[in-house]
Amino acid sequence: MAKSAAQGALARLITDGEAEILADWLRTFATGETRISEQEAKAQGKDLLHALGKAVADGNVADIGSPDYDEVRDLLTGFSRSRALQGFSPSETATFVFSLKQPLFERIRSTADVKTAADQLWAMSSLLDQLGMFTVEAFQKTRDELIMRQREEIEELSTPVVKLWEGIVALPLIGTLDSGRTQVVMQNLLETIVQTGAEIAILDITGVPTVDTLVAQHLLKTVSAARLMGADCIISGIRPQIAQTIVQLGVQLNVVSKATLADALALALKRTGRTVEKVNKSGRSDGALAAEMRG
Amino acid sequence: MATTTETLAIVSGDDVVRVRQKVRVRATEAGLSLVDQTKLITAASELARNTLDYGKGGHADIMTVNDTARRGVRIVFRDQGPGIPDVALALTDGFTSGNGLGHGLGGARRLVDDFDIQTAVGQGTTVTIARWRK
Repeated sequence: MAKSAAQGALARLITDGEAEILADWLRTFATGETRISEQEAKAQGKDLLHALGKAVADGNVADIGSPDYDEVRDLLTGFSRSRALQGFSPSETATFVFSLKQPLFERIRSTADVKTAADQLWAMSSLLDQLGMFTVEAFQKTRDELIMRQREEIEELSTPVVKLWEGIVALPLIGTLDSGRTQVVMQNLLETIVQTGAEIAILDITGVPTVDTLVAQHLLKTVSAARLMGADCIISGIRPQIAQTIVQLGVQLNVVSKATLADALALALKRTGRTVEKVNKSGRSDGALAAEMRG
Repeated sequence: MATTTETLAIVSGDDVVRVRQKVRVRATEAGLSLVDQTKLITAASELARNTLDYGKGGHADIMTVNDTARRGVRIVFRDQGPGIPDVALALTDGFTSGNGLGHGLGGARRLVDDFDIQTAVGQGTTVTIARWRK
């Protein structure tokens, strides 16, 4: 078959001059801006060139999705991934593949027959373009995964319910409250109330930048739900500008609220029959000392 | 003289957040006080969500106004939605055609210095708000 003969020639072009191509390639690559060490580039280049030679010999040059290119694709995916995680740009990553063009075209140049040379040039060029695109796609995919994972982490991290004392839990709310996150927040709170048997839940909104009617509605729903579970809510961390805004909006937040989380905790302790006292140097509380002196 | 206008599309809940962030930046640049900033951002948040929920999506034009007389931020919310049949009713506290608290539109009007609403059934709604530096 003519095609396989041409393919064989192409494959030989790569495999026969592997060492030289690699040297040329690394030289071309090194002239560009790069942060990859020479050894690393050399090792990756060598593996890739070897796999590419085999793939071109066995598989269809026009289709890098075929199983013959499995090894090539695996290698490209591997280094795209590592570079994406190291913070390289997509073009920096793709340049590695594209800089292979020059040394390979150099080999083709020495082919005597013009028509064959043109065919080989076209085949090689489109092959490397595909590989380059594949690299960028793999790179992008890694980035997308990274963003997705970070988003999930943020969602998880930003809705902790913390136990402050026996029977008192706090929910420090941070960021935007009008997304699907509110559902998670409410669920977390209700579950924690059940688990800990908490009587008082403090919703701290110091970290919520904007309280509009939707956020207010979410807060009120959370408070009502907590009430149904037998826990009273205190809202804390309402900043002066937020307080003025809520009043002008006309929203009635019929919930006990305190300026700071500390005030809310003090109130919660008082309601559960506890107080916090300053301890003097002898390790006894002032209250105990006074009682002693009286006695 | 109005300076640069920035137009943001409002088609999802994330866009409401983006509108708020942009308004915050503009309000800070215009030198609004913290209270004024918060009020403007909250009003913008209400109206952006109205644009999304009731206007079936639209646009927000955010502009910094800086002339000799006054300085501040003006925002225009435009949608091609069903329009509001009774504006007076829509501005009444506690009235909602959806399932909100019914304080959005009226509340937004109280939070800003200038408030204008142009709407007709089937013609969409345009709400213009502004808050000036005191």
